[in-house]
Amino acid sequence: MSRNRPNYFAGFGSLVWLLVVGLPLYVMLVATFQSRPDYAANGPLAFPEHFTLDNYINDLNSGFAQYFLNTVIVTMCVVGIVVLLVPPLAYTIVRSRGRATTTVFRLFLLGLAIPSQAVVVPMFFVISEAGLYDNLIGVILPTAAFAMPVCALILTGVMRDITPDLYEAMTIDGASSRRVFFQLVLPLSRSGVSTIIVFSALQAWNGFLFPLVLTQSAETKVITMGLYDFQTEHGVDTPGLLAAVVLSMLPILIVYLFARRALVQGLMGVGGK
Amino acid sequence: MTPPATAATRSEKVRRAGPSGIGAGRPGFLWAAPAAVFFGLFAIVPLVMVAVLSFASWDGLSDPEFAGLDNWRKLLDDPVMIKSLWLSVLLTLLGVVVQTPLSILLGVWAAGHQRNRAVLSAIYFVPMLLSIAAVSVLWRAVLDPNFGVPAQAKWLFGDGNLFGMQSSAIGVLVFVSTWQFTPLHTLIYQGAARAVPQVLYQAAQIDGAGTVRQFFHITLPQLRNSIITSMILMVVGGLTTFDTVLILTQGGPGSDTTISAYYMYQKAFKSFDYGAASAIALLLVLVSTLISLIVVRLSGYDKMRSTMEGL
Repeated sequence: MSRNRPNYFAGFGSLVWLLVVGLPLYVMLVATFQSRPDYAANGPLAFPEHFTLDNYINDLNSGFAQYFLNTVIVTMCVVGIVVLLVPPLAYTIVRSRGRATTTVFRLFLLGLAIPSQAVVVPMFFVISEAGLYDNLIGVILPTAAFAMPVCALILTGVMRDITPDLYEAMTIDGASSRRVFFQLVLPLSRSGVSTIIVFSALQAWNGFLFPLVLTQSAETKVITMGLYDFQTEHGVDTPGLLAAVVLSMLPILIVYLFARRALVQGLMGVGGK
Repeated sequence: MTPPATAATRSEKVRRAGPSGIGAGRPGFLWAAPAAVFFGLFAIVPLVMVAVLSFASWDGLSDPEFAGLDNWRKLLDDPVMIKSLWLSVLLTLLGVVVQTPLSILLGVWAAGHQRNRAVLSAIYFVPMLLSIAAVSVLWRAVLDPNFGVPAQAKWLFGDGNLFGMQSSAIGVLVFVSTWQFTPLHTLIYQGAARAVPQVLYQAAQIDGAGTVRQFFHITLPQLRNSIITSMILMVVGGLTTFDTVLILTQGGPGSDTTISAYYMYQKAFKSFDYGAASAIALLLVLVSTLISLIVVRLSGYDKMRSTMEGL
């Protein structure tokens, strides 16, 4: 935007928003480093007098380590399924001219609108019938399925940018669709693939409803369930609870630091063009 | 790495690709089959089951029995259901009204290329990364009447129990979803604002139009497609809000924040009335699909064309 004078109104507004975003994050961080009595005495806005890591240590000892591990397993499997299935799908959507493909693409677009709560009742029975209730696989499968529409949308957007000349050149050389996919499409859409990795990982890591309905025991709890239980059981231990929140977001923040580009660009494409 | 194609060269390519492109070597449907089958199994099949179950009476233990329109009739007579629909709509509308102007302003502002804007946008983005569960737990703690911020700032919050009254409980829900989802919409607008051709602004400056006029006469109209996409996301997201309500208000006080999605969860997993729950679920799907169909039509997503082409 080319503007001659600085826009003070916008600058002020953006600082206000910084406060709105930053203040709760500050309250959260500060609370986690003080003991429960300190927090109760000083209130949420005060700076901690006696710095302690006990809240984190207690959380990790009371099951959060296990929840962490479960979440890592779920996330890795979901990302695996998405990366295996979505690139060939996007490739077909972009290159095939068949009617079946168009139908499938529309189906996936509609899938964007299917809220996961809507199918949670039948999902509960399908998963129970399959003997996967209270099993991480039972969480992984539906989570992966519901991550697919957005990923398909992002990746088709990226693959559509590959020049037709390249396809033509390869086809004239007599390349099969398999060779075209592995030697042309995949290498050229590497950025898109990393976007969908970050995306599906984020969705799996933060998933709530499917674990809530499809798991029960401590061995299969994921970290969002851990937070929810903590809140209902020890709601008064605010520093411990907030330390659990920080623990739950730590890996995401690290991923964000490294994959910010892919994440942001993937999202910008969704409504930007 | 794909070089970022500019809008102009892109539409050119699309045109050249047309039907004249060589048809051989195109992938067959088999390439899409695994994804289609997987998605069908875990999204489409349950969806069909929801539709069937909405006409059945079922407690989850005995066999489901066909019940005709019973569930639907009961729902129409259920005051909590009617109230929950109204609350869903209210919450969604408030969300759209608050988030749209806010995210447009933030997005357009962040589209500038100054360094401080890039840094701030990176910070703004953080709430988006947190799970709804984490965000709700965080705000529950921050707004706790006894140990949270309201206890310290009585001049602002009165008696401090924001969850004890319908109006303030709804206010909290709207505020928390705004806090979490504004980054997403800001980003959509930021991307769109960057794509607005600079020529338009240069022309406007020559005509002597100021910042405000440029915003209303160039930026806003150019953001039309993004506004549609973003609003649809807000509406579908708003109608299906669930985690926030479960953690922050549990539908209370009374049933004052029991929105439809939460009521469906209660019906299914607390009162074990799976038929009624399915009917509510189907209602939610119908509404959100309808809205999405409208946006797919309006934005031309399904025709696979760039909306920049008309420029």
